[in-house]
Amino acid sequence: MSTAPPSSPAGVLTQQDIDREIAAARKAYQAEGVPRQHPARDYPPYRSSTLRHPTRALVSLRDPEAAELRGPVFGATDVTDLDADLTRQHHGEPLGERITVTGRVLDRAGRPVAGQLLEIWQANASGRYAHQRDQHRAPLDPNFTGSGRCLTAADGSYSFTTIKPGPYPWRNHDNAWRPAHIHFSLFGTAFTQRLVTQMYFPGDPLFRYDPILQSVTDSAARERLVAAYEHDLSRSEWSLGYRWDIVLDGPAATLTEEEH
Amino acid sequence: MAQQLPTPEHPLTPAQTIGPFFGYALPHPAGGDIAPVGHPDAVTVHGTVLDGAGQPVPDAVVETWQAAPDGSLDGAPGSLPRNGVDGGPRPRNGVDFTGFGRACTDAAGHWSVRTLPPPADRPYLAVCVFARGLTHHLFTRAYLTDPGPGDLLLDDLDAARRDTLIARRQPDGTHRFDIRLQGEKETVFLDFPEQ
Ligand SMILES: [Fe+2]
Repeated sequence: MSTAPPSSPAGVLTQQDIDREIAAARKAYQAEGVPRQHPARDYPPYRSSTLRHPTRALVSLRDPEAAELRGPVFGATDVTDLDADLTRQHHGEPLGERITVTGRVLDRAGRPVAGQLLEIWQANASGRYAHQRDQHRAPLDPNFTGSGRCLTAADGSYSFTTIKPGPYPWRNHDNAWRPAHIHFSLFGTAFTQRLVTQMYFPGDPLFRYDPILQSVTDSAARERLVAAYEHDLSRSEWSLGYRWDIVLDGPAATLTEEEH
Repeated sequence: MAQQLPTPEHPLTPAQTIGPFFGYALPHPAGGDIAPVGHPDAVTVHGTVLDGAGQPVPDAVVETWQAAPDGSLDGAPGSLPRNGVDGGPRPRNGVDFTGFGRACTDAAGHWSVRTLPPPADRPYLAVCVFARGLTHHLFTRAYLTDPGPGDLLLDDLDAARRDTLIARRQPDGTHRFDIRLQGEKETVFLDFPEQ
């Protein structure tokens, strides 16, 4: 005899409620007809956005002298050799599926973003973060913390070795699950190009249920958050390879010849 | 002219929220120590990040970028230094002014950086805010001195809105800059279109 899952008490927000809101937001976006590739900051299906988005329009600033058209630089002291291999930060090997994530960081004109800091963090293979606030009853892995960093190479390329993170539950609504993802933080040549985002894995059945991924209402833009499995990046009897290229938004100062 | 921008060949990667679990990856104990050690001109800029109900936001990241006192925007490496022993954080070198700071809010929503005053022609810290619940970061500016008329950004704002961008000098000499994500005194947030 099978045991029925516990039914939600009345008044609890269900996945069906969230599905309806996601569909409504997408329909509103399509009806509006104005392309928007970043997520709306006011995205009701993601409940935590309710009190954390501005209600006034952003003020557009066209200032060729703005400090924001330049940005911080990073160098050898900001990273160490082991930072790009999240499987070697402890005495033993972490549990899970070993993967590499490789790609290039470009600006919108397709120029490589070279020598810039890229930081990542993620859950372990069981879907648990090494963070006190994560109360998911999945095991911690003593051999995996899940944070790494690197500087992009001259051609804008980067590469991390890690393990595939697991999906995990959260409390946006009843039975809410995040698809597996890796958090990315990137700097460009200008502060305006700053980006924090998340990379997803192809074919995850949780995509349609997740209000964070779905906060990107443009479907083509949403697909750009999903890495590609690339067999040539896999290494025989060692690791599976994914490719994810990143394009930074925002203007940058035009450097003169001498400044190159 | 602005209407005729070509469709960029490379479509951008959308932002996603920083989420609640960045705490073992992004914070750096020296992230806010922008001023060289013992520098006599060092100033402290700090404040609280507040949500639309006036509640502190304990899971935000506030990053600052600014010109050096001599006007340079070249920056310098070493804002988030690491040690080569176990990859953990190490103090800044104490000498270089990198122009960049990263401060994470505490349980009371408070953040602070210790820096050098920006120059008179760019008398502000550029500020970028990330938080759980914020799907896409927000830019604003903390002016440490009121530049008066002639500032491209401030000139276009009414007095109350303009006020949200001016840090308040405190009796203890620090500069207070609260960031209100939403509500009556909502901070002015910025967008930087292609020039
Ligand atoms: Fe996450």
